[in-house]
Amino acid sequence: MELLNTFFVAPFASMFGSPLFLAEVIIGGLLTGVLYSLVALGFVLIFKASGVFNFSQGAMVLFAALTLVGLMERGVPVWLALALTVLVMIALAWLIERLMLSRLVNQEGIILFMATIGLSFLLEGFGQIFWGSNVKRLDIGIPNESIHLAGIPINQFDLFAALMAAGVVALLAVFFQKTPTGRALRAVADDHQAALSIGIPLQRIWLIVWSVSGFVAIIAGVVWGAKSGVQFSLSLIALKALPVLILGGFTSVPGAIVGGLIIGVGEKIAEIYWGPVLGGAIENWFAYMLAMVFLMFRPQGLFGERIIERI
Amino acid sequence: MSAASPEKLLQVDNVSLSFGGVQALSEVSFDVHRHEILAIIGPNGAGKSSMLNVINGFYHPQRGSITYKGQTRKAMRPHLAARQGIARTFQNIALFKGMTALDNIMTGRNLKMKVGFLLQALHLGPARREEIEHRLHVERLIDFLEIEAIRKTPVGRLPYGMQKRVELCRALAMEPDLLLLDEPMAGMNVEEKEDMCRFILDVNDEFGTTIILIEHDMGVVMDISNRVVVLDYGCKIAEGTPDEVRANKQVIDAYLGVG
Repeated sequence: MELLNTFFVAPFASMFGSPLFLAEVIIGGLLTGVLYSLVALGFVLIFKASGVFNFSQGAMVLFAALTLVGLMERGVPVWLALALTVLVMIALAWLIERLMLSRLVNQEGIILFMATIGLSFLLEGFGQIFWGSNVKRLDIGIPNESIHLAGIPINQFDLFAALMAAGVVALLAVFFQKTPTGRALRAVADDHQAALSIGIPLQRIWLIVWSVSGFVAIIAGVVWGAKSGVQFSLSLIALKALPVLILGGFTSVPGAIVGGLIIGVGEKIAEIYWGPVLGGAIENWFAYMLAMVFLMFRPQGLFGERIIERI
Repeated sequence: MSAASPEKLLQVDNVSLSFGGVQALSEVSFDVHRHEILAIIGPNGAGKSSMLNVINGFYHPQRGSITYKGQTRKAMRPHLAARQGIARTFQNIALFKGMTALDNIMTGRNLKMKVGFLLQALHLGPARREEIEHRLHVERLIDFLEIEAIRKTPVGRLPYGMQKRVELCRALAMEPDLLLLDEPMAGMNVEEKEDMCRFILDVNDEFGTTIILIEHDMGVVMDISNRVVVLDYGCKIAEGTPDEVRANKQVIDAYLGVG
């Protein structure tokens, strides 16, 4: 009875006891969740458009952030540095296509996956050789202070990051669903050979996909980097994206967004209301726990395509 | 146009192709005339699909050459072939399974779209106009192949015969000069076969498309093709009108298995 009370009654009682505080927790969770979504989105884009599970997405986030900070440290103004970073990521996409993907046409997904693991080591190594491996501060001029909306404090920076992420997501959704290039991307994802037979140039498509995901990596890198410093652990964000993907489904852009939000809110609530009961630090494993439950009951995720094998 | 006489659309010269120790094609030569329907027949493993794959550039032969529209090449390349008006369907249907029938067919128009992809991304003015224009063309084809009802259905859910039809439609959306059909009627019932025959004849007639098809159903081959090329163990053993081929001693032997 005592146990039931501490697990199932007391937390809810305190939630509804101070709704304003609950709202603050939820908003904080949503804002963090948007950032998770952003990283997960990079995975989904490449997976949808080329059938490759890109393990190096996290390393790309680190690489992009390192490049940006490195340039800024050498006195390049923010906007120019951003533009240069975009160019660097496009060049990187081109190199990846030339040196890696073009040699692996028509290979199994697992082979491509292995190649991206190699790529992530390469990017982590190179990034740190070029720009050094100490923690760097990234300041893009957005104040890290709270504003009050209807009595609820909201971190200005988080709000800015969330708005930016929302903008990127909207742009990408239109691009993928409504444009001929988006259609070609989805075609390549489905069937390389058929795509070739109708004259879709694989090379250009891959260049576009990897550039776009490099672009997403920059945004994720800037936001995370400004929040917690640019350092090696940025590439570990990729691990946080995995439960988001399992929740949302690997093939769904809306899934990545909703999955990120659920995990953001879920772990904040779990930490604050159930944390004390379980001895704290729930935030670190809650997402994985949730992912495991999903794997048991709904392996395709909330929005993923259900796999039906015809026999 | 100097080397080949103008009525030849495609000329295959002494093409040999092997995979390791397996000789898939040896010194195969034949011509394809404009506006004709040419059937390639032969027992299983005779090299028929390999021949189509050579023509659209999936396979690169070790020897021989391919002359298409007067240009001689050692080998084609798939997206070059597509650009130059060669479209194809596959033996095991290669559609984009997650996409709707309409989206699948629209991908066939991708090569014809000229608006740059930045404008597309913004989804504005010229890009929108272009999309509508191509959609009109595609709708006419959908009418033509009688698949109006399944436009918005993801192709993975369609029955086999319908998938074949969508695949044909996607190929036609490219407005090809040369259409390669790899067993367009395999696995169909009689009624579906009759429909497909009608479509192939109509395409040839109305759009003037030259067609090369691989087919196992001899009735169909004899009915719809102008000429027939027979392959056996990678070699061409006969070529001619359906009647000539039917009477050919070697062909009869190959099919009945005279050892």
